[in-house]
Amino acid sequence: MTNPKKHLKKRLSREKRFRFVTFLSLAIPITFLTFLVGHIFYQAWPAFFHHYIDLEINAADLQSSSFKESNPDYRLLTRQLLEKNLEITATPQQRRELPRMLSPHASDDLAITLEKLPSSPTTPYIVSLPTSAIIDQYMTTGDNSKLTANQQQWIAALETQEKINRAFDTSFWQSGDSREPEEAGIWGSIMGSFLTMIITLLLSLPFGTAAALYLEEFAKKNFLSRLIEININNLAAVPSIIFGLLGIVVFLGIFGLPRSSPLVGGMVLALMTLPVIIIAARASLRAIPNSIRQAALAVGASHAQVIWHHVFPLALPGILTGTILGMARALGETAPLMMIGMIAFIVDIPSGFTDPSTVLPAQIFMWSDLQETAFVEKTYAAILVLIVFLIMMNLLAIIIRQRVEKKW
Amino acid sequence: MSSTAKISVRQLQVYYGSKQALKNVSLEILPMQVTALIGPSGCGKSTFLRCLNRMNDVIESCRIHGEILLDGQNIYNSDIDVVTLRAKVGMVFQKPNPFPKSIYENVAYAPKLHGLANKRDDLDQIVMTSLEKAGLLAEVKDRLKDPALSLSGGQQQRLCIARAIAINPDVILMDEPCSALDPIATAKVEELIDELRVNFTIVIVTHSMQQAARVSQKTAFFHLGELIETGPTEDIFTKPQDQRTQGYITGRFG
Ligand SMILES: Nc1ncnc2c1ncn2[C@@H]1O[C@H](COP(=O)(O)OP(=O)(O)O)[C@@H](O)[C@H]1O
Ligand SMILES: [Mg+2]
Repeated sequence: MTNPKKHLKKRLSREKRFRFVTFLSLAIPITFLTFLVGHIFYQAWPAFFHHYIDLEINAADLQSSSFKESNPDYRLLTRQLLEKNLEITATPQQRRELPRMLSPHASDDLAITLEKLPSSPTTPYIVSLPTSAIIDQYMTTGDNSKLTANQQQWIAALETQEKINRAFDTSFWQSGDSREPEEAGIWGSIMGSFLTMIITLLLSLPFGTAAALYLEEFAKKNFLSRLIEININNLAAVPSIIFGLLGIVVFLGIFGLPRSSPLVGGMVLALMTLPVIIIAARASLRAIPNSIRQAALAVGASHAQVIWHHVFPLALPGILTGTILGMARALGETAPLMMIGMIAFIVDIPSGFTDPSTVLPAQIFMWSDLQETAFVEKTYAAILVLIVFLIMMNLLAIIIRQRVEKKW
Repeated sequence: MSSTAKISVRQLQVYYGSKQALKNVSLEILPMQVTALIGPSGCGKSTFLRCLNRMNDVIESCRIHGEILLDGQNIYNSDIDVVTLRAKVGMVFQKPNPFPKSIYENVAYAPKLHGLANKRDDLDQIVMTSLEKAGLLAEVKDRLKDPALSLSGGQQQRLCIARAIAINPDVILMDEPCSALDPIATAKVEELIDELRVNFTIVIVTHSMQQAARVSQKTAFFHLGELIETGPTEDIFTKPQDQRTQGYITGRFG
């Protein structure tokens, strides 16, 4: 017989090695994941902020000869304000450089601010106008390659006067897509995703649940029902782009529904989510013990009453969990939406189910194609927003599952 | 004879698919007494019991021939509503199966379902008397809102009995109601059965001969799908007519 002590040592070291290998297999993906999330945060962070220039304005500015109340020229007014605040009189060359300090929509912001004022201001009034992408980038990263000498000088002057500062960028959350990086926002695609998800939910939850109820509670167990069951399971594995193809042919082609609309997008994603919900709903219906059905039947409940009073309420948390997970998948989907034109440059924020719109992952995809630093930042910011939504949905699913613990 | 019986079973044949589970069973169940069904496992006792409130209807492969008369009416007639039938013939199962709701809701469910109480007070009254009759009221009256599943196994089974009697059925079927319970809980349920006999006709399946002897007035012995012997409990246990009955009650098989 071999030395038992030696034997034990060998076995223990073998177990240690095994444990180490399994730990390593966990450590590697976690390292990558941490790096990925950290990278996204780091890249996305600047997108949530912007630099603004504070300009002083008073009644005299609005009554100057060049500013007419009847037909106000806010572009001109913006430039004049810059000149006044910088205490310069711009040469024709400088007149071109000056407005490029500010975002193209700065004069619109000014107009909106002034129109909100009840009457022309008696005391000096401060308006904060967004800087242009090049200035914002210079302020954030110190990259001055895109600035003219004059602009650098002006910025320095504004900085010493503390008239340029960094603030939370609300327009990123409020606007739709744009060719101008400082104007492009995420609200359009969030609304698009939201409207699309509503359609997906309204279609897939009731139909999925009803289908599952039929299969579990009413269908006879025969060849046909087994065939349907197998096909539903297969449907859940069908590549999502195929559903997009179906969307083109049926929803756009035959039904003539509007292209790029949340209505069609939601219908396509509902097709994709339906089998997931049916499978989840069937599983949770089947998990309800037969003894509960029997108890209800035995006190004289009809089949429908057994379902509505007992089986369905008990299965509902499971159905909802499956639905949320299916919806989370649909929220991150781009491929099928490409086919029906939801990956498109759309400026207007959709306000209805038939308005042309895009969705969050599609917005990410489109921004990721653009070279400007501001768009790179926005790409990451949008990714972050999408991830946050997905995490919230998953958390909700976990909460539902935990809240309703198995009671039998 | 059939005029005094609460339930008359006549030439009952039950098949699961092609397998025959009950062969030509005829049995009279008398009112206001306890009828015990005994016999070895798989002999068809539960099948027989489920025929009496048509719980076999939900088993797809199950086919039934013969007649079962409840108060002279064939419960398998096409004009019989199973819901009304089950309101008249209640059932208690082997494993306690309260609804995963409150104690109160468990008892109140069936009366609400059948519209027996229009006012909240009436419903409260029904719940209280049912729990009282099931001998559970003292233990649960301060915690009616608690989940039924927080009760012990024996209490759950008595709650199931309370649930069954809440709609005041004529007959209560019990399928091995004590097999999942400890001896003390079993004793309580047996005591309860003895009390319930005054108001209800009870049919109980049991694998315990002592239990059959203790609670029943009439006993039917089943074997391999056949009803071998039936008679007053005392007679079955003291002077069984059939070899197989004697073998079973003396513990030679089963
Ligand atoms: N749902 C069912 N489907 C098919 N066969 C069944 C079913 N229930 C019972 N059986 C069969 O019928 C026979 C009688 O069963 P059962 O009535 O449960 O016996 P017991 O209650 O006396 O143990 C057994 O052979 C059993 O296998
Ligand atoms: Mg049985």
